[in-house]
Amino acid sequence: MNRFIIAVTLSSALALSACKKDPPETTPPPPADVVTSPTPTPTSAPVGPQPGSQAHFSSAMMGADTIYFDTDRYNIDNEDMAALRRQAEYMLQYTGSTATVEGHADERGTRDYNLALGERRANAAKNYLVSLGVPATRLRTVSYGEERPVATGSTEQAWARNRRSVTVMISR
Amino acid sequence: MRKFAFLAVFAMLFSAPVVAQDNAAPRTLNPASIEAQQAGDVAAQDPDDGPLRGTVTDDSAWQDLGIAIAAFATNEDVPTPANASGTQALGLELSRIVYNDLRFNGLFRPVGPDALPRPSYAQITAPAWNTWRGRSAEMLVHGFVRANGDGRLTVGCYLYDVALQSELVREGWVVAPSDWRRAAHRCADLIYSRLSGESPFFDSRIAYIAETGPKDNRVKRLAIMDSDGANHRFITNGQSTALTPRYSPDYSRIAYLSYVDGNPRIYVYEIDSGRQTLVTESSNPTFAPRWSPDGRHILYSMAIGGNTDIYRVSASGGGTPVRLTDSPSIEVGGSYSPDGSQIVFESDQSGSQQCYVMNANGTNQRRISFFGGRCATPEWSPRGDQIAFTHIAGDFRIAVMNPNGRNMRQLTNSWHDEAPTWAPNGRIIQFFRTERGSGDTSIWQVDLTGENERRLRTPVGASDPAWGPVLP
Repeated sequence: MNRFIIAVTLSSALALSACKKDPPETTPPPPADVVTSPTPTPTSAPVGPQPGSQAHFSSAMMGADTIYFDTDRYNIDNEDMAALRRQAEYMLQYTGSTATVEGHADERGTRDYNLALGERRANAAKNYLVSLGVPATRLRTVSYGEERPVATGSTEQAWARNRRSVTVMISR
Repeated sequence: MRKFAFLAVFAMLFSAPVVAQDNAAPRTLNPASIEAQQAGDVAAQDPDDGPLRGTVTDDSAWQDLGIAIAAFATNEDVPTPANASGTQALGLELSRIVYNDLRFNGLFRPVGPDALPRPSYAQITAPAWNTWRGRSAEMLVHGFVRANGDGRLTVGCYLYDVALQSELVREGWVVAPSDWRRAAHRCADLIYSRLSGESPFFDSRIAYIAETGPKDNRVKRLAIMDSDGANHRFITNGQSTALTPRYSPDYSRIAYLSYVDGNPRIYVYEIDSGRQTLVTESSNPTFAPRWSPDGRHILYSMAIGGNTDIYRVSASGGGTPVRLTDSPSIEVGGSYSPDGSQIVFESDQSGSQQCYVMNANGTNQRRISFFGGRCATPEWSPRGDQIAFTHIAGDFRIAVMNPNGRNMRQLTNSWHDEAPTWAPNGRIIQFFRTERGSGDTSIWQVDLTGENERRLRTPVGASDPAWGPVLP
C-alpha cells in the first residue's frame, strides 16, 4: 500500500517535472529588467498553442527537442539524427519559426572547457539541421556550459541527461 | 593614488622616554597557553638551522615559529570612523587581523592578542622582554594606532626577536579610516616577508563569483573582497549569470563573463565608474578572459561555428584582435608567464584536455603535460617557477608542475577542486571546491606543500576565484 502511494507520488512528481521542464528553457535569460513570459497565452486565441511557439513545438516533439552526448563528445549518432529529423521537419513545415539550439555540459568538467564543449554540441546539432534544409538564418546557438543542469544529481545518469543540446523555439 | 601613504613615523613617535623594560610585566602571565600550542613544533625544529635562516622552498616543509602578536596600543583612546569605540578597540582589531593573516599560512604558529597581555603605548618601542620570554615567544609583534588631527590614522608595526631583545623591522603607515584593514595587512606582510624571505601578499584582493540558490536555478554574481574575505562587495545583481572574473593588474578593471545579453560574452568592468564594455565587438561567444602581466592585453577564447580558439586584444579597447591558436580542436584559457613572453593554455587536440605552452605571439606551440590524466585551467605562478592546474584523473585535484611539465605534484585530494589562482607571491594557491550532490561551492587555499589547506570564509557559496597582485 505504502509502496503504491509512493509510486503514484513519484510518477506525478515526474510528470510535473516533465511539464515543468520546457517553459523555463524557452529562451536565454531576458535583459535584466524584463519579466519572463514563459509561453504566449493570448486571451482570445484559438484553443491550443500557436504553431511555431515553444509550447507547440515542445508538445509536437515529445522529447525529440533534446539530443544527448557522451562525455566530452559532440558527434551526432543515429538516435540524435532521428530526433533532429523531427525538429527539421517541424521547422520546414512552419516556415516562420526560428529557434535557439542550446549546448550543455555536465558538472564533471572545468568551466571554460564546458562552455567550449557546449558550443561544439549546439553547433553540431545546428549543422545537422541545416544539412536537412533548415536555413541557417533561422537558427542561433548558445552554450550554457555546465550552468543549467536539468538533472541535479552527481551520478552518471544525471550527467548523461545534462550532456545535451536542446532546440527551443524563439517566440516572435 | 589611494589615500594610503607610507610614513617614516619612527622618530617622531618615540621621543617619549623609554620606560623600564624588564621589570614592567604588566599582568600575570599564563605561559601554558603558548606552550601548549607550540611546544611540539618548537621541539621539532632543527637546532642547527634556526627559524630565521630556514629556507622556504617548494620541497622543504614550512617551519613553525612561535610568534606573539599583542594588541596594538594607542596614545589616546578616541573614536574614529574606523571604529566608533575608539582607537584602543581598533588596536585590538588591527592585531587580530595580523594574527589571522599569519596563522593560516603554515610558516608561523602565532599566538593572538586575545591570549596575551596588552602592552602599554610606551612598551611598543620598549617591550617587556621578561614577559615575552616567559611565554616562550621567539618573535614578538607590537604595534600602535593613533588618530591624527586630519582624520587619518597612523599605524605602526614592529617585529622583535625576543631572545636577542632586538628589533628586526618596523614600518608605519598613514591611512584613511576606510583603509584601516590595509594597514594591518601591510603589517602582516612586513612580518611575513622579514621572517620568510618571501614577497608579501596579504594586502591584495580577490574577485570571485558568489553563488546562491539551488543547483538547477543558481544565481551567480560577481563579487570582490580583500584577501582575508573582508570588505566584501557584490558588483552584479544576479539577474544574469556572471562567471570567471579576472582583476586587471592595477585593480582598476575586472574582465568577466556575463550572459546579460543572453549570450556568453566577456565584459571589461571599470570598478570606479561602474561602466562596462565588450572585450571585442563580435557576435561570437567569448569566454575565459585573462590579463597580461603588464595589463596591456587581454586573452580571450572565442568560438566560431563551434570551434574555440584563443585570441589576444588590446586592453585599452579598439585594435584588431590577434588569433593565437588555429586548430579544429578546443583551445581555451591561457595564462602568461610573469615576463609576458609565454602563454600556457589548454587544448584537447590530443583527444583530451592537456596543457600546452606557446610564445606570446602564438608560435612554437608544444604540449607539456604527459603524466596520466588530463590537464586543465593552467595558471602560471607570479614567480614563474611553477604552473598550477586542475588535474583530472577520476576526481579533480589542484596540482603544480614545472613550466616544462615535470615534477607534477597534487596538492589537494577532494571530489572536485578546480581553477587554481596564485597568491601574488606565488606561495599559496586559491581554488574552488564543489560538493558532490548539492553542487555547493567554496573557496579554499593551499600552500605549495599541500599540507596547509583552509577554507576562506565567504558570505555565500563561492567559485571562480581570481587573486590580484599586491595593492599599489
